[in-house]
Amino acid sequence: MSQVRIGLEIHAQITELESKLFCSCRGNYRDQRPNTNICETCCGLPGTLPIINKKALEYSAMTSIALGCNVPDKIMFYRKNYFYPDLPKNFQITQYNVYGFSSIGIEGSFELDDSRKIRISRIQLEEDPGRIAYLEGGMNVRNSALIDYNRAGVALIEIVTEPDFTNPKEVRLFLNKLSLTLEHLAVCDTLLEGSVRCDVNVSMNGGNKVEIKNINSFKEVERAINYEITRQTNMYNRGIKIEPETRHWDDKKKITFTSRSKEAEHDYRYFPEPDIPMIVLGDKFISNIRDHMPELPNQRSDRFVSRYKLSGHASNILINDKKLADFFESILKLYFSPVEIANFLITDFKSMIADDAESAGYLKNMKVKPEHIAELVKMIEADEISRITAKDILIKIFESGMLPSEIVKDSNSLKIADEKILMDAVESVFNTEKSAVEDAKANHEAINYLLGKVMKYTSGRADPKIAMRLINNKLKKPNA
Amino acid sequence: MSDLHDLQAFEVVEGIKKGLFSAEEYVSSVIKTVEQVESRLHSFITLDTDKALSCAKLIDGKLKENGDIGQLGGVVVGIKDNISTKGIRTTCASKMLESYVPSYDATVIERLKQSGAIILGKLNLDEFGMGSTTEYSSYYPTHNPWNLDYVPGGSSGGSGAAVAAGECTVSLGSDTGGSIRCPASFCSVVGLKPTYGRVSRYGLISYANSLEQIGPICRSVKDVVMIINIISGKDNKDNTSMSSSPITINNKLEKFEIAIIKDLIDGSDEEVKRTIYSASEKFSEIGCTVDEISIKNLNYALPSYYTLASAEASSNLARYDNIRYGFNLPIEEYKWDTYFSDVRKNFGEEVKRRILIGSYVLSSGYYSKYYLKARGLRSLLRMELLKLFKKYDLLIGPTMPILPFKFGEKIDDPIKMYLVDINTVIANLAGIPAISLPVGFSNGLPIGLQIMAAPFEEQKLIDVSHALEQAINIQKRPKLE
Repeated sequence: MSQVRIGLEIHAQITELESKLFCSCRGNYRDQRPNTNICETCCGLPGTLPIINKKALEYSAMTSIALGCNVPDKIMFYRKNYFYPDLPKNFQITQYNVYGFSSIGIEGSFELDDSRKIRISRIQLEEDPGRIAYLEGGMNVRNSALIDYNRAGVALIEIVTEPDFTNPKEVRLFLNKLSLTLEHLAVCDTLLEGSVRCDVNVSMNGGNKVEIKNINSFKEVERAINYEITRQTNMYNRGIKIEPETRHWDDKKKITFTSRSKEAEHDYRYFPEPDIPMIVLGDKFISNIRDHMPELPNQRSDRFVSRYKLSGHASNILINDKKLADFFESILKLYFSPVEIANFLITDFKSMIADDAESAGYLKNMKVKPEHIAELVKMIEADEISRITAKDILIKIFESGMLPSEIVKDSNSLKIADEKILMDAVESVFNTEKSAVEDAKANHEAINYLLGKVMKYTSGRADPKIAMRLINNKLKKPNA
Repeated sequence: MSDLHDLQAFEVVEGIKKGLFSAEEYVSSVIKTVEQVESRLHSFITLDTDKALSCAKLIDGKLKENGDIGQLGGVVVGIKDNISTKGIRTTCASKMLESYVPSYDATVIERLKQSGAIILGKLNLDEFGMGSTTEYSSYYPTHNPWNLDYVPGGSSGGSGAAVAAGECTVSLGSDTGGSIRCPASFCSVVGLKPTYGRVSRYGLISYANSLEQIGPICRSVKDVVMIINIISGKDNKDNTSMSSSPITINNKLEKFEIAIIKDLIDGSDEEVKRTIYSASEKFSEIGCTVDEISIKNLNYALPSYYTLASAEASSNLARYDNIRYGFNLPIEEYKWDTYFSDVRKNFGEEVKRRILIGSYVLSSGYYSKYYLKARGLRSLLRMELLKLFKKYDLLIGPTMPILPFKFGEKIDDPIKMYLVDINTVIANLAGIPAISLPVGFSNGLPIGLQIMAAPFEEQKLIDVSHALEQAINIQKRPKLE
């Protein structure tokens, strides 16, 4: 296998911000009618000036620290000049590492696993452009496009890695861990559409670097890299030289293609933004952020194992879905039985959530709340309901949002321990399953079949221990 | 009593409050003047006389109601057409913004309105503030009210001419490299460029953000104080704005130590030289000491200024792509691939020149060769001046090295044109306050004295200007009627 070097440039929106990076328009531009979340400033009207969102500085500094970067004492903003219709000022306010000044984070490193570290070259804070939408057929057919500036000015964190990845799998691992970290920092809800974007550069055997832009979800990144490696390998094998270029990822066809515009030749004419004087963060700002850093995924996992006595496996499943881990901990506040609750969540509960439902806010929008699970697990542990019943109840909670105790009362799903009722059930099963009864007499294993039938007869409510005793007793009786 | 349009702002407010005349009578008198002289001067790009009259009636109504008409109640103000006015077209004298109507007021406009000022219209300028004569206005040049064959200075030429001619009582200009002081000097009115940061730039359409300030142009120092106090102050919409203490008119003058910048005198025309020296003698008469000094880094001022201003301009003006606002272009003429270059043909020659220079000095490989050097020289000059201000309260010299000149005299030679800014760019590069005060005439053409002070020492500028104004007492009004 030939030597592959991959570097990433990740853009993550600071989705937690109330407002945009330089004005007071809402940070959450989603689900709003086009061009309604805008003001003079984010539309770049003449005479308007940017006012920096201080929270954005905090979030980006926090991210820098979590990714092992140095946060400098003073930072500056720069203008990156280029023309594009979705960029209201025709320059982007961003950061630039040159002439002694640096962006909010530099020279970090991020652990992939115990043995591998990926170096982070820089982290910078910048504004998102608006969005261009083409009418059906694209701009070539219609010769027109629609522009929505609702997103223009939303705060972005750009994370640039060194080309330290050697295969697509490492990239996937990194992106998963990065997403998790961003979520734990409460910086970015990576499940929101368009909240994270990734540019990739791939070079092989020390050859030229090919950039792939326009990859709009982390899931597509691995695909794009695989495609690009295959493409470059084919070229290499046929002796075709790989030119440095910028390619785009076609989300539908799943291929990369040469972009027509000569982006690589762009001269962005960076210079310091005159409307934002140098920002002195100061020691206090940085130490304050260090002191108030949210718990990172690794730390949380360690805590789950040591404090809650979860297995490493269970702990990882929970933490890999930050919202589920949060849900878990809020249940614990109501009823402290970590192992049982964790098991219930990662088996019964998780099985109810379709894979594609892993969209943002799936837990927030659900009718199931911590008190439901707390009560349910409590009932299992008190032997009031069976695990099978618990799952049925869970389905009903998903539908109705009723408390387990209410559901149980409504549907009489408490375990049946009354021997008289159970005896009726056993009698009935013995009457209908005559051959099975004969089998059971000869083969002890077949008893389970009869027990199953009794459970079914009682809609799963029969206390299995008592039912089993009754079946055994009845089998021993000569007239059975 | 003299004609109402001749009154100074403080006299207008007093007169209305005392009931000597109504706001309507006064505004009508100003409008009558505009009707008489505007066809010869072309000070305005946009006029709204109806709105001004209805505002005047509101002021008169307020006076009857509770007497509270505001500090500037009724005063007619003209606004340089690069300051955003909600609902009033703001063109920057550019074809590029021919039909742009701002949806918001600049902070200074909000403050003027809250004080009861009446906005009569938008005043002519060199396109986007780039020029020293108003000849680069895309609409028409403004004429000097003292002699119609001569330029009024620029870029706030409309602001200077209108105030001198009584077309408005006070005006706002903006000053990136001398654009308030040059027309103040050429039109024989008082113009103040405040310390960088004293006045909010929010709503001022940027030419070179790190250099420019909005400031008043008036017929007296007293009026300058009135206006600057209203428009000054920290603004949450401008990162670079700062709070400052209000300025007062003091009738007793401290004994200031003043230095004449010899290099600037040496580079001036003879008539200008003579007038400045005789003005400086007045300083001695009013009890100040006057020294002569020279500025070592002066030679770097103009190259540094034009490098930085053009660099910032090239980026600031990139937004004019006629996609969201601008001018009317029939949709059939839109072509995707060439749209940007097509619409940007609407810029005038001088603006294009500065965008080219600015893009050049910022491009990779040239950034450190030009832009960074210019920044270095700028801070060198600033440090030298701040050091001088440890010794002297004020630095003086001619505002303009030459007398007003005729139309067309310099327009074909951009370098010649840039050179006339040498005295004024210093204050912008250093971020210090500077005022231009009328001190005399030569062949009927005005001469202005420039006084500079340390950052936020506007009070010193005003104290000495007020004293000198009383001591010199020159003719204030051109004969146009």
